[in-house]
Amino acid sequence: MSAKPVSAMRDVSSILPLTIDDACFEAGGRRLVVGARFTVPAGGLTVLLGPNGAGKSLTLRLCHGLLTPSAGSIRWAAQSGSAKRHAMVFQKPIMLRRSVAANVAHALAAAGIARAERVGRTQEALARFGLGGRADQPARLLSGGEQQRLAIARAWSLRPELLFLDEPTSQLDPAATRQIEELLAGLVAEGITVMMSTHDLGQAKRLADRVLFLHRGRLVEDADAQTFFAGPASAEARAFLAGELIW
Amino acid sequence: MDLTAIFQAAFALVVGLDPAFLAIVSLSLRVTLSAVLIAGLIGLPLGAALALARFRGRSVVIVILNALMGLPPVVAGLIVFLMLSRSGPLGSLGLLFTPTAMIVAQVLLVLPIVIALTRQTVEDLWAEYRDHLRSVGLEGMRAIPTLLFDGRFALATALLAGFGRASAEVGAVLIVGGNIAGYTRTMTTTITLETSKGDLPLALGLGLVLITLTLAINAVAFGASRIGARYAG
Amino acid sequence: MTLSKRLLLTAGFAAAFAGSAFAQTTTATPPAATAPAAAGTRFITVSSTTSTQDSGLFGHILPLFKAKTGIEVRVVSQGTGQALDTGRRGDADVVFVHAKAQEEKFVADGFGLERKAVMYNDFVLIGPKSDPAGIAGTKDIAAALLKIQEKGAAFVSRGDKSGTHAAELNLWKVAGVDLDAKKGSWYREIGQGMGAALNTAGGMSGYVLADRGTWISFKNRGDLAIAVEGDRRLFNQYGVMAVNPAKHPHVKINDGQAFVTWLTGPEGQKAIADYKIDGQQLFFPNASQAGA
Repeated sequence: MSAKPVSAMRDVSSILPLTIDDACFEAGGRRLVVGARFTVPAGGLTVLLGPNGAGKSLTLRLCHGLLTPSAGSIRWAAQSGSAKRHAMVFQKPIMLRRSVAANVAHALAAAGIARAERVGRTQEALARFGLGGRADQPARLLSGGEQQRLAIARAWSLRPELLFLDEPTSQLDPAATRQIEELLAGLVAEGITVMMSTHDLGQAKRLADRVLFLHRGRLVEDADAQTFFAGPASAEARAFLAGELIW
Repeated sequence: MDLTAIFQAAFALVVGLDPAFLAIVSLSLRVTLSAVLIAGLIGLPLGAALALARFRGRSVVIVILNALMGLPPVVAGLIVFLMLSRSGPLGSLGLLFTPTAMIVAQVLLVLPIVIALTRQTVEDLWAEYRDHLRSVGLEGMRAIPTLLFDGRFALATALLAGFGRASAEVGAVLIVGGNIAGYTRTMTTTITLETSKGDLPLALGLGLVLITLTLAINAVAFGASRIGARYAG
Repeated sequence: MTLSKRLLLTAGFAAAFAGSAFAQTTTATPPAATAPAAAGTRFITVSSTTSTQDSGLFGHILPLFKAKTGIEVRVVSQGTGQALDTGRRGDADVVFVHAKAQEEKFVADGFGLERKAVMYNDFVLIGPKSDPAGIAGTKDIAAALLKIQEKGAAFVSRGDKSGTHAAELNLWKVAGVDLDAKKGSWYREIGQGMGAALNTAGGMSGYVLADRGTWISFKNRGDLAIAVEGDRRLFNQYGVMAVNPAKHPHVKINDGQAFVTWLTGPEGQKAIADYKIDGQQLFFPNASQAGA
């Protein structure tokens, strides 16, 4: 069993870059995402930054396919075939009422992985994220940090090229948050492209290679992290960085 | 009639292990458990499908199902009776006054309960799991096995509710079974018969046995689901 | 490890129900469509009255019949009207009831073959020991009923179109009481069987017409006792007839006819006479009596 999921994928052509072209999303007559236009090339960690209600989570869901854009398009460089090669981790970890190992095995089964292969890949994922000793425990009895780690392990076991995370640490204490951040850095080092949302400025500074700054459903700024934090081009981003709460 | 007589009657029934009595108990359990099993096999997937499906008139279906949970057993019995009577549409099957007819009638009683409670359970669970299941590609009806499995403890309660309704009812099995001695006589129809014969201690003694059995089955199911829940979180 | 646990759980779920329930059912329920015989059991279905059932007569005579012929008799006991309906719909092979006029109509309409007299018992008027109508110990049923109506004493009627109900209505007619005009709160129709009527009469200290067989075997007598008995007009004749295969081709005419023949023959008649509770004979065979 290879510990390099991405390289294992490379026999097929990559699904990246992901191209978002003028994507909009409406609900209840309100436009919540307006004309998003960006691409996600392979590699690195992209942070969707912005205050609450900026449309970060919706944008991630549009990209992952949980939502369908009301206008515009979302295109992958290559059709990913039967199994999609991108996965998602949610703000509040969704734990099935099963053991830790069964949570991973279930996702693998859903992806069509054969039973014999699931066992090994489950063990591999749990070991990789320090949950090997917890395999037989009920997932819902793990601590918040452990649950989020399991959610990431579960997503990782699917060997995604691109991993979406929606505010993965917003419900965690500082220690658990740091642990998750280290894990994410490790994923990027491993070659997985990561795209996450956060409203935590410090986290964005620590992790981001690139920042997409959103405000009221619009993509206001798309810049590499250093440039963005050194001097954002837009007034909204400047106000946000200055800690003036905007919405 | 006093309490001692009732308990004596109940005690004599149980300790005596009278074959006729045992046959009645085993028929009762057989009919009721079969009905619950069949209703479960049909109702669990159907209830889950109803929880996930969106179609015109869905709320009407839900209201009707909820109302059917209160279907009077006699009416269910009458419907099955009219269907299975030799002069009815399914008369050629020759099923009237057989245990099978009783099972069919009880399935009719239990099914709405199982479907309605399953729908509720699965809908709640779907609200919680939805994002993750869709993320891993389990959309629509493909999500049903996961939801049923993860709702297993709540669903066991739904089946128990169905079991309670079926084991307690007398109207439907009396009409379609005919209360034939040694063939379609269940605990509840025996209780009715003994009441009509004025043997109230025996009737109540039987009632006591029925309650005890129901209690035992519920206790075992409750214990099993508690232990299971501890392992599943 | 976890997978096997999950399997175990699922299997346990299924086994809990299937093991005890389904497996047995499939073997014990009639598999064939046209010949619903439970695993080769030879049986007929007889629709009969609650009085024959509640009195325990069937429990005595049916094992004798089965020992002799190997035919199991499955008795569905209902009120006479309902029992005849069951035969009319073809849901029984033989009808064994007690309401001569209705039986003759059943045969005349082509639903039954020849009606044969089997036995009789008699009705008794049961009432509370306090005897509010003052009729205890009298012999004239017509006079007694008239008194009940005049005094407005509580009277419980089966009200279920049973043979006993039919007999009761007939006796009111004989007593010259126009029920439709005189019906009041004193006259309570309960629409249930004999035992239930007796329980109700006991509960409300009312009078009730009952067949002697049910009365003798009835255990919850409480304050009730026989008020009127012995009037010839209280005799209660039972008849038996096989359902006509011309109307319902599926009926088991041979086995059904065998039961009718046995019941009205010497062995069946003796079995009926032999049935006693506390030394009292409940039914009096009279198949050979002309016009019964």
